Amino acid sequence: MSINVWSILKFFAYVAIIMFFLFPIAWIFNMSFMTNDEILRKVPVLFYEPTFKNYIGLWEGEIAIEGFATMYVYFKQNLINSAILSVGSVSVTLLLGVPAAYAFARYKFKGGEDIAFTLLSFRFAPALLIILPLNLYFSEIGLYDSYFALIWVYQLITLPLLLWIVRGYFEDISPDIEYAYRLDGHSWFQSFWKISIPLAKPGIAAASLLCFIYAWNNFVFALILGSSQIQPVTVGALAFITASAIPYGLIACGIVVSVLPTLILALFIQKYLVQGLSLGAIKG
Amino acid sequence: MSYLDLDNLSKSFKDDKIISNLNAKIDKGEFFVVFGPSGSGKTVLLRLLSGIMMADSGEIKMDNQIINELHPEERDVSMAFQNFALYPHMKAYENIASPLRAKNKNMPENEIHEKVNEIANLLKIGHVLNQFPKELSNGQKQRTSLARSLVDKPSVVLLDDPLRNVDAKIRFEMRLELPKVLKEFNTTVIYITQDFREAMALGDRIAVLYDGKFNDIDSPKNIYQNPSSLTTAKLFGDPTINNFDATIKKQDGFVKVDVNGEIFNLKRNTKIQDGKCIVGIRPEDIVLSNDHSENSIEVEFRTKTPLNLRIVFLVRLKNGLELLCSTTEEESHLIDENKKMYIYFIEEKSHFFDIETKRNLE
Repeated sequence: MSINVWSILKFFAYVAIIMFFLFPIAWIFNMSFMTNDEILRKVPVLFYEPTFKNYIGLWEGEIAIEGFATMYVYFKQNLINSAILSVGSVSVTLLLGVPAAYAFARYKFKGGEDIAFTLLSFRFAPALLIILPLNLYFSEIGLYDSYFALIWVYQLITLPLLLWIVRGYFEDISPDIEYAYRLDGHSWFQSFWKISIPLAKPGIAAASLLCFIYAWNNFVFALILGSSQIQPVTVGALAFITASAIPYGLIACGIVVSVLPTLILALFIQKYLVQGLSLGAIKG
Repeated sequence: MSYLDLDNLSKSFKDDKIISNLNAKIDKGEFFVVFGPSGSGKTVLLRLLSGIMMADSGEIKMDNQIINELHPEERDVSMAFQNFALYPHMKAYENIASPLRAKNKNMPENEIHEKVNEIANLLKIGHVLNQFPKELSNGQKQRTSLARSLVDKPSVVLLDDPLRNVDAKIRFEMRLELPKVLKEFNTTVIYITQDFREAMALGDRIAVLYDGKFNDIDSPKNIYQNPSSLTTAKLFGDPTINNFDATIKKQDGFVKVDVNGEIFNLKRNTKIQDGKCIVGIRPEDIVLSNDHSENSIEVEFRTKTPLNLRIVFLVRLKNGLELLCSTTEEESHLIDENKKMYIYFIEEKSHFFDIETKRNLE
């Protein structure tokens, strides 16, 4: 009997937790298929005729809202910008961070720990603290408003993250496995490429995903250091709010579209995460 | 002409001297066992030979070429690690094929297949080639690791205590099979172990490593019967060799061993000088009986216990010195513990060591 009470309580607890986390997302998803009118009703409607007007408007860049002037949005460009910036910064981070993480994990060199910690400390500083000087420098050397500049600045966020996560994974690999591969006759680089990297793959995958999310969600750097030509969705969404109207349906639609890439990526990478867990479960 | 030549090899970590001025000459095709207590630097030595670590000073010569500075992949050396060091993301087949793919990039796939299967069948792991390391038992992992080190027929194979992490049954099987397999490949084997029985069973020669260098390099029989020092003598044998301080005096073809007033008369010749020394005698070289003979000494029975199919007796001399002596099971039945007991030493099996240096004086 007591077990039954327990399981009922547990059931409600789960429902509460799921509601808490998923309700806003479900609501946004709903909203993206509603017209502004339906959204703004005092008693929210649960049943409505879904419309794709918001999505079409977002794609075509212009949308007519009843009672207001036609709105022009650059969301498509923002989405492309987000993709370029995120993919770009994760690629650069991987290129620089994975070898660096390996070096920090395997070799003890003078000042190694200090350098690693300095890199980590970049994450302590609030972005606003450095944004003004950065803005001045970048204007001076002509880097203002370029993908390159933003990808560079994003490294402040992504590089330390990847470095410290992947370093731990490299440290967990027995050096003997790498030595064994070299004794087989493979070069140092081959052992790095064929042994160390595949074995640290789950860590690299997890860190890349996190980096991607951080880069995708970044707002402040993109707002200050770039014009609308290169701004990502986070900043682009601001343009929806105008003096004449707040098109909630369009905003909801924008949110859904901008969450999708991260979601798909997470689902895709999950496979590698699980694979990594099962590889590590039993020592090889 | 020796094949592998270690000349004054030294390696230290900070102030910790692990290997200091180590010398050895190892012949081609020899099964060379490096034996030493844990922490004596056996694994470090193997790492110096494989190129994983670089020596601080000294030379490693292989076939008359100095190989000190060569990277692991440039040395014709392979190694089986104590922890197996298999590649967890590759199947056993790919693990074993790895040296073949590395050294000969153009080797056709069917030749690789043939060689991998040949060595796998020899080591009886042909049926698990399609499995990942985590699916293998410890014994299979260990054989896979051995197969990987042997598949390309390297000139020198380094085996780092390969039987340490497998269960007793497999350990015994491998102790029988391994020499046979290795002889077939005619490679020089350097084999590390902490188990003196394993060392004696496998080695053509045994090098005893402690204090950073080889203290004995000799055949198993010679090391056991004529250890160069008390430390070596203590490392070989279970139970360990009895040792006690005594005063030696040569008289009328006898060696009189005076232990606090109890005198053993040993009828033998020796070149050592009269004076104080440490006497060592293995438990099986003490004869125990109820009968008094000319040179035997009365002892008091303390206790007995079976060990490795022999019976070990702990007995005490009148002066309080306790000795271990072991007999076969049959012999032990002839001894009545309630009667008076006597012991004498088998003359030529007693050893005399220097009090200070612990070196064998003969």
